[in-house]
Amino acid sequence: MIRVLVFLALMVSPAFAEIKIQEVTSKGGIKAWLVENHDIAFTALDIRFQGGSSLDAPGKRGAVNLMTALLEEGSGALDAQGFAAARDGLAADFRFSSDVDGVDVSARFLTENRDQALALLTGALTAPRFDAPAVERVRGQVLQIIASDTKDPEAIAGDLLNTAAFGDHPYGSNPNGTVESVTALTRDDLLAAWKGTMARDRVYVAAAGDITPAELGAALDQLLGGLPAKGAPLPADVALQVPGGVQTQAFPGPQTTILFWQKGLRFQDPDYFAATIVNEILGGGGFSSRLMDEVREKRGLTYGIGTGLAIYDHAESLQGSVAVANDKVAETIAVIREVWAGLAKGVSQQELDDTKTYMTGSYPLKFDGNGRIAGILVGMQMLGLPVDYPATRNAKVEAVTLEDVNRVAARLLTPEALSFVVVGDGKP
Amino acid sequence: MRKFLTVALTLLALPAFMLPAFARPVTTYKLDNGLEVVVIEDHRAPVVVHMVWYRIGSADEPRGHSGIAHFFEHLMFQGTKSVAPGALSKIVAAQGGSDNAFTTQDYTAYFQRVAADRLDLVMGLEADRMVNLNLTVKDVETEREVILDERNQRTDSDPGSLLQEQMGAAQYLNHPYGTPVIGWRSEIAGLTREDALAFYRANYAPNNAILVVAGDVTPADVLALAQKNYGPIKPSDAITPRIRAAEPPQLAPRRLVMEDARVAQPYVVRTYLVPERNPGDQKQAAALTILAELLGGNPSTSVLARALMFDKPVATYVSANYDGVSLDPTTFGLVVVPAAGVGLEDAEKAMDATLAEFLKKGVDQAEFDRIQAQLRAKQVYDEDNTQGAAHRYGMALASGLTVQDVQDWPGVLTSVTPADVMAAAALLDARHSVTGWLQEEKAQ
Repeated sequence: MIRVLVFLALMVSPAFAEIKIQEVTSKGGIKAWLVENHDIAFTALDIRFQGGSSLDAPGKRGAVNLMTALLEEGSGALDAQGFAAARDGLAADFRFSSDVDGVDVSARFLTENRDQALALLTGALTAPRFDAPAVERVRGQVLQIIASDTKDPEAIAGDLLNTAAFGDHPYGSNPNGTVESVTALTRDDLLAAWKGTMARDRVYVAAAGDITPAELGAALDQLLGGLPAKGAPLPADVALQVPGGVQTQAFPGPQTTILFWQKGLRFQDPDYFAATIVNEILGGGGFSSRLMDEVREKRGLTYGIGTGLAIYDHAESLQGSVAVANDKVAETIAVIREVWAGLAKGVSQQELDDTKTYMTGSYPLKFDGNGRIAGILVGMQMLGLPVDYPATRNAKVEAVTLEDVNRVAARLLTPEALSFVVVGDGKP
Repeated sequence: MRKFLTVALTLLALPAFMLPAFARPVTTYKLDNGLEVVVIEDHRAPVVVHMVWYRIGSADEPRGHSGIAHFFEHLMFQGTKSVAPGALSKIVAAQGGSDNAFTTQDYTAYFQRVAADRLDLVMGLEADRMVNLNLTVKDVETEREVILDERNQRTDSDPGSLLQEQMGAAQYLNHPYGTPVIGWRSEIAGLTREDALAFYRANYAPNNAILVVAGDVTPADVLALAQKNYGPIKPSDAITPRIRAAEPPQLAPRRLVMEDARVAQPYVVRTYLVPERNPGDQKQAAALTILAELLGGNPSTSVLARALMFDKPVATYVSANYDGVSLDPTTFGLVVVPAAGVGLEDAEKAMDATLAEFLKKGVDQAEFDRIQAQLRAKQVYDEDNTQGAAHRYGMALASGLTVQDVQDWPGVLTSVTPADVMAAAALLDARHSVTGWLQEEKAQ
């Protein structure tokens, strides 16, 4: 197809509309980022409290997870059903979730009833009730999830990896907690988890949509002004363990889940962008990586294989996952090791150029929709990035040279130290 | 001659909410070769979604060749005379774009999302593989292994998916919706290159496809590019109307108990055979949509949640689901996950008692009003999701609906009354139902 080749040769970087980020500081001193857009009469708001489930007190594993799930189960004068009815009557959406590094609140609300929606959300953040019937109902749901995870090969493999990689650090155990720890949680434990995680000294906020800086400032004071100034101390950094070799656990079924990991690097590392390119060529980007080529396209061993730079607040690793038929486990592991070793020897100029075009071309496409923009803006703040980062990010990718990528591939990839977790009936 | 028809998104009277300040113009036309084209404009960001939807799904497969529609979707990435195997995705990725494809019972769709100035490129690639696909025996065999792995991953490793497959087969005695989209393992294993090529020639043609382009484009530019890329492709005379084997009346309820050692959490699923959205006639489907919301939409205030999770806590999760976009009659589903210590029999009894009570007492007006408020607000929120809009149009058109039906749908939903909902609830008749229990297999 000659037409395509000509088109590629003439390609220039697309000119994208600028994402204009404003920094807003409320009267009460709370900061947020805002992308103002009055086309559609609603606002997306994202609030993230750093720390998350890693702030569980000793012996209280699962407290932050259960607490977060209860934020929408009644606050102030409203019980769980009253809260749900009020929220739905306003057609607002509030989502509360936690992970190992944060508690997240994602909201969207219409302009015409924004004040009522904000008042309701303020109640959920600052006056959750933790009523006994709600606690028991949601505790029952969490216990069922814990039980289900014991029969889910992907969950089993994830737990094995985290324990092997992070040991006694909170990253090393499941944030849901255990049957014993969750059963023992009291209302006081939940109150302590709420006060410890949702504090003003660790909050990051972004909004996108139909709201002005002044309106957002007032909303920040309303929503967050009533929270404690200081939360529980954040966990310490942890050195990633990479024992090497293959750890196995039997599980019935036609397929075996394989997870693998090795050391990664931090976002702040000067080699971060080169490492991102290495990961894209290795196993990122869906259909165009070396692992996808070798494992799926050439050998038909799997439906999908991928890798990613896992960057936590207190640790970092390079991880991958694949699921294969039980009789293909040994072959798949051998191919992964070969690809790893091959890439450590370097990449071609063509691979580098294609990956750069992908990374620079796809970056602006991420900013589609108020909710996604608000989420990205919170992530940027947590990494300590400046507001002009979206305008400068592609230049940082473009600046990476073939020498950089080959040096970083050799530095980053350690095929001999790659560790595997294998869950299923397949034999490595 | 091309037909050119511009229709602005219909804005309905919204009693409790202001009108959306922003609306996406939608333009439709048809090329001489029969390709239908839908253009949805959104100039907020310089991005475009390009989708081609074929009116061919798993329910249109020849008997004994289950899974070929989905298998063929994979083979569409195997290259043409001018594009190497796997290269299409790489070309799109090298432009910063993403691409993928999916197959359902009623359609197969391919899409790319790229910067708006790359539309010509992706159109060229998509038009090329509509007719110029190149398949080697080796490519077909390798991809068949990938599909068997996909079936392992999505279905055979998951007792819940296996139950769903069994329930579909039980729900449809004669209609092809009883066959899983991915296909039965033994039949997938037997699919050949010749089967694939025969399927390709029979179904892939401009007069069996819908092109949806959404984003920062003008209708005139899209039309010119569509003429250039798709215009030269000849229509097929092999395309026939999709008339599938009809389902005979269900005279007896059907029950399944599935046991699997991998089940951690038992549950009850119920499905009823009900009508789908039909062109110019969407009222009953709209009432069923709202019925599903009322019965199980909200985890705190829906009828099933109130009764089974709050008033008498016998369940930890309930839901009701219905999607009216379907070429032929579809299912209305209920799920109840019992609380610890509650058996499946008691959970099912409690579910049925709640339904009976609902049929007697009728709709809670306050809950009904909240659902209507959310449906109206959805029209505002949906304006922020152009890819979602492209999906709604493509899915509907490939399932026998028209552009007008898509634009009427929000209004039909808001016009539903509590009496319409209760009439729809009468369709949940045990005689047209399938009930499935998923439970742990105990060691012998």
